Amino acid sequence: MRGISKSFPGVRALDQVDFTVGEGEIHAFLGENGAGKSTLLKILSGAQPPDSGMIVFAGRPVQFASPQEAQRAGIVTIYQEFTLAPDMTVAENVFIGREPGSRLFISYRQLEEETAKLCRRIGLERSPRALVRDLSVAEQQMVEIARALSMKSRLIVMDEPTSALSRAEVEKLFAIIRNLKAEGITTIFVTHRLEEVFELCDSFTVLRDGRHVGRGKVAETDMDGIIRLMVGRELGLLAARQVSFDTGEKALEVRALNRRRKSSDASAIELHDVSLSVNRGEILGIAGLVGAGRSETARAIFGADRFDSGAVMIGGQEVRIASPRDAIAQGIGLVPEDRKQQALFLSQAIRTNMSITAQGRISRFAVFISGAKEDELVEEYRKLLNIRMASAGQVVGNLSGGNQQKVVLARWLALRPKVLIVDEPTRGIDVGAKAEVHNLLSEMAQSGIAIIVISSELPEVLALADRIVTMREGRVTGEMMRADATQEKLMTLMTVGSRQAA
Amino acid sequence: MTDAKAAEGRQNFDAFTFLARFAPLIFLLLLMLVFAILEPRFLSSVNLFNVMRQVSIIGLLAIGMTFVILTAGIDLSVGSLLAFAGLVAAAVAKGGMQDRFTVGDDTIGYGWQLAALAAIAVGLLGGLAQGIAITKLKVPAFVVTLGGMSVFRGAALLFAAGGPISGFQPDFTWWGQGKILSVPVPVIIFLIAAVIAHIVLRYTRYGRRVYAVGGNPEAARLAGVNVSFVIASVYVIMGFFAGLGAFVLSARLNSAEAVAGTGYELTVIASVVIGGTSLFGGAGSIFGTVIGTVLIGVLLNGLVLMNVNSYIQQIIIGVIIVLAVAFDTFAKSRRKRA
Repeated sequence: MRGISKSFPGVRALDQVDFTVGEGEIHAFLGENGAGKSTLLKILSGAQPPDSGMIVFAGRPVQFASPQEAQRAGIVTIYQEFTLAPDMTVAENVFIGREPGSRLFISYRQLEEETAKLCRRIGLERSPRALVRDLSVAEQQMVEIARALSMKSRLIVMDEPTSALSRAEVEKLFAIIRNLKAEGITTIFVTHRLEEVFELCDSFTVLRDGRHVGRGKVAETDMDGIIRLMVGRELGLLAARQVSFDTGEKALEVRALNRRRKSSDASAIELHDVSLSVNRGEILGIAGLVGAGRSETARAIFGADRFDSGAVMIGGQEVRIASPRDAIAQGIGLVPEDRKQQALFLSQAIRTNMSITAQGRISRFAVFISGAKEDELVEEYRKLLNIRMASAGQVVGNLSGGNQQKVVLARWLALRPKVLIVDEPTRGIDVGAKAEVHNLLSEMAQSGIAIIVISSELPEVLALADRIVTMREGRVTGEMMRADATQEKLMTLMTVGSRQAA
Repeated sequence: MTDAKAAEGRQNFDAFTFLARFAPLIFLLLLMLVFAILEPRFLSSVNLFNVMRQVSIIGLLAIGMTFVILTAGIDLSVGSLLAFAGLVAAAVAKGGMQDRFTVGDDTIGYGWQLAALAAIAVGLLGGLAQGIAITKLKVPAFVVTLGGMSVFRGAALLFAAGGPISGFQPDFTWWGQGKILSVPVPVIIFLIAAVIAHIVLRYTRYGRRVYAVGGNPEAARLAGVNVSFVIASVYVIMGFFAGLGAFVLSARLNSAEAVAGTGYELTVIASVVIGGTSLFGGAGSIFGTVIGTVLIGVLLNGLVLMNVNSYIQQIIIGVIIVLAVAFDTFAKSRRKRA
């Protein structure tokens, strides 16, 4: 792709970007959120036309008016949100819109045979007749890959394919991508996890503010080099906290939390005798792979999901928490995993999003909302959290991921919680905002709030937490102070699950 | 996207937001202009008050429906509930079913006060029953209120035993036919209700929760909002307005009958949606609903004045409701791209 430019009203999303990927390469496509990655990929996949510039594919200049045209040319994009029909079978999904057979009837035999072949090729151990609904996220992703292969694609674009996968599943995905490479298929790989770049990719391109700022061979650079390109400045990424504000005074204790699977919800994650505690001013990290029961523990404590047995104690007193309202009344806050689905009212104003939990603070006669008090509240937290926004009336969906996360944090701070549980505090937000969020969490701990941080990124846990609890398959497998913890030790507890610290 | 750019993008898009927000009002003014040119009688004060009086019943229901649709719900039972509540009010006003057709002072009723209370009580209970079915039994609102539509209509037919109840005291009919300073009473009731509803939605904690539940129910729950309570409550509010509307309609017609309000659900939903309230929930306003209600009233009135076949009016409402939703969807996709 040469000299690609694209503008949206008021925004120059891409400015004369060149983007070159060698055939058969695994190419990492990097950049902070809003750098223009998605826009460039949309142009490449035919979803949007460029304002200027040209695309050369396999030596020929091409122009795609639609994703279908790009697919016919051999370019298939797999987005973060899958495009599968959950109630149809694997085979039907793979060949959707291109079913083999006569003009009128589908040949199911051919459909299933072809699908079975593709599944073997990528190691998906599922019947072509299995319903997509019953598949794990990783398996669904493999169905997407199978579909891409069925279109005889020569370039597969994967937009953050690893963000929802556990470590083992990531390994498997990487193996598939390497196999595709051996078959001569090119992969463009978008990720926020830089370590994956070094594990998997041959070359990389970095985009910043809609401009091409660097490309090269992965073998010839290191992580700091890439981070420097992405942020354009030296950054003490994930600097570990030097001080602890742990008061030693127990704020929250969870005893023997159990949650059994119900027949109506076969994919639910079980919890087995989960016990943990966090002190005022302490940051407790919960490390575990996806599916280890971290979020489920948080949701059970917060009353968002039911649990079968166990006790939650606040300040030494057992409390009954049957709903998020009960938890909030006890001074517990939860910043959920999925900001857009579980926390924000995307089409509504920042002020509405921020004050939803703290209506009591800004009300008059307990019934009315005082506009003046509400604006004061928004202004207070805008300053405190350094939220970059145009006005309190701005629609929250227009903010960047980092600023959205700050709005959610503000919501809970406004409530003055005793305990704040933060699930994936920096998922999908850029490096600069990440450091800011980390500082904020540290400041909250300093003010005496007990904080539980759940994160898939070990460096994040190691940087933030005073003490770390590891989980695996719904059980607590270990606990250690930060000073004793290393990535290797934690990973062992998370994957092997031995109760003795490695 | 950097923040400066984000802000810039937003400004650009504000012109469109402005247009989208006031589109119903602009459309209303254009429509009035067209009718005024085509039919001079349209702009007479008699006719304009007539329009307002006609829309006030639909308007009351549309105010309630705005609450429901803001939570991404729907209520198809309004017309039936209105008919049932109207009959109960009429029976109370007449002191029973014996003297249902007599007119004047020879009947001993229970007075308009109790009649109004009875209508509103029936509405509240009907709404509460549906709200509980939706939240506790977890049946979709569409299905519950479709059932309610049939249940309340059946109850009304059973109650009326085949005929209307008519002939009320003048202090009853004043609520539908009277005027204060030449403004029809139903219009005044409608406007007062609209102002109160506007204040509730805009300036109270409860109103915020209605928008929150409609915008993202899971996020609302995790922010400590009692989602079931909010959802059930909007059907109770809808029921209140169905009862109030029933009282005013009976007073205006000096009669209550089992087939009253047939087809109202469509006109009411159309008024709300044309006023810019999103069927997907979380966005909309009472101001928009008032405009939407008047717009439909003006449209129907203008068509009547121009001697357009009344069946065609139904076709036009149907088309307009689809176009209004199409516009809403278009505005949404536009918002996403911006």
